[in-house]
Amino acid sequence: MITLTVNGKAQQVDVDPDTPLLYVLRNELALNGAKFGCGLGQCGACTVLIDDKPVFSCLVPVAALGERKVRTLEGLPKTVPAAFEAEQAAQCGYCIAGMIVRAQSLLEKNPRPTEEELRAHLAPNLCRCGTHMRILAAVRRAAEAMGGGVRSVAEHTP
Amino acid sequence: MALAWHPAIDRVTPPAAASFDRWLVAEGEDLAKLGNCAGCHTSQPARPLAGGRLLETPFGKVFATNISPHADDGIGAWSREAFGRAMRRGIARDGTHLYPAFPYDHFTHVTDHELDALYAWLMTRRAVAGRAPETKLAGIFGFRPLVAAWNLVNLEEGPLQRDASQTAEWNRGRDLAEGLAHCGGCHTPRDRFGAEDKARPYDGNKLEGWYAPPINARSPAVRPWTVEELHVYLRTGLGPTHAAAAGPMGGVTRALAQAPDRDVRAIAVYVASLMSNAPAARQDKPEPVDRVADAERAHPQAASLFAGACAVCHEPGAPMMQQGRPPLAWGTPLHIDNPHDTVAIIMKGLTPLAGAAGPAMPAFADMLSDAQVQELATYLRARFTDKAPWPDVQAAVAEARQGERQGERK
Repeated sequence: MITLTVNGKAQQVDVDPDTPLLYVLRNELALNGAKFGCGLGQCGACTVLIDDKPVFSCLVPVAALGERKVRTLEGLPKTVPAAFEAEQAAQCGYCIAGMIVRAQSLLEKNPRPTEEELRAHLAPNLCRCGTHMRILAAVRRAAEAMGGGVRSVAEHTP
Repeated sequence: MALAWHPAIDRVTPPAAASFDRWLVAEGEDLAKLGNCAGCHTSQPARPLAGGRLLETPFGKVFATNISPHADDGIGAWSREAFGRAMRRGIARDGTHLYPAFPYDHFTHVTDHELDALYAWLMTRRAVAGRAPETKLAGIFGFRPLVAAWNLVNLEEGPLQRDASQTAEWNRGRDLAEGLAHCGGCHTPRDRFGAEDKARPYDGNKLEGWYAPPINARSPAVRPWTVEELHVYLRTGLGPTHAAAAGPMGGVTRALAQAPDRDVRAIAVYVASLMSNAPAARQDKPEPVDRVADAERAHPQAASLFAGACAVCHEPGAPMMQQGRPPLAWGTPLHIDNPHDTVAIIMKGLTPLAGAAGPAMPAFADMLSDAQVQELATYLRARFTDKAPWPDVQAAVAEARQGERQGERK
């Protein structure tokens, strides 16, 4: 048995140690927020937080977690998801869970990122429908809702 | 003769863009790609050539300066003479010494005509306001006239003599590699004064958390670096029988992708000649080593990590391996006598520029613990090479982690 901590709760699972965390979340723990996209760590649909940092859960062997704490879409506050809803950021919606989780990690660390920092932070996550502008608008809205805000280019250029 | 004191050269009104011949400007652009000026002097894409990039040197932090034609913050007030003196002798317009992080010991070999072209290109760029942070080196190294003594020993001014025993292409390649492309800036080890060790040209050098491997007869490559293979690698960032260009070399290959093909090929001809006596050139080993059973027995936990984190791309038969990507056993990093590149690539991955195609690999720094990176690097060396284990993997991982933390604070 392997023990892992997900959204603050200790869980025991009976899987091979090299099973990717993503499969454990979805198949063993019924946490279906993180999606299987490419399985190669190239699309970001499977993004979760490990010790508050965004990672591709499709490439993390579950036995590698040790004591580190996993947070998934299901365990996040509702501020960022609400902003995505308000901006109607989803088209097909497949990437959105990963986008929300990655955005959450940015805003927790820095609620006043620059537009450049915001874009660089979200770059590892792909959206094939092309709703990037709405996704960016949603993160800006979420930043304001969290008491911060995304600084425009004009504000931070010397 | 290098003296400590040099006169300022008078400011000029930034020359109008229309005053330069367009062909000369185009030639300068090609040369700027070969020299990868933007690699150090552009830190934000929106502010081209405005400097700001931090170079960590053993002597302290050096910031690349603004070389856009802004009259006050850049080099707009520099005449052609002032520009040429900086490139050839490392002296700024105002007479102060530039630090040799700016590789004028290489640029000194650039011809007068090429300096004309580079000057024309630079002066026709957009003037970007804003100065880079000031470079302040520790202790005595903060005293710039000291550089004059360094120059006396290390600077051989002017273009190189033609080697009549070699082809014109080889000579062109040598002029570029030793000059504008400044390959030795990364690949040649440095002495305690920060100068390239002339007794050990291209013998490998550690910098910015990476190790630029030897590209001379000591090249640790498994497959031979032929002119063709090197040409493809320099143009695309991927050598089909070697590896992907990583770390600072990634940016070099992205710049060379936009440089004239014949010049990149000339560099390949010259650099391949430096490695013509390397072990791989004398004895090719086309079958990749894969000691999978031994490695798993010795490192069972790492074998499991590899299966969960790496195999989906790197295991023989994985989809990526069907696309002609090199097997790990051919990658130079595992065969170098230190683990820095293997550790760096696991932790940092490979990130193509936004919107650009190129080899990609996720960064595992936040997915794996230090102990796991160490296990994995040790396992890879055991499985995919026939060399002795690295003795110092733990220290290399700790150093890379330290670099990650500093990067986050920046």
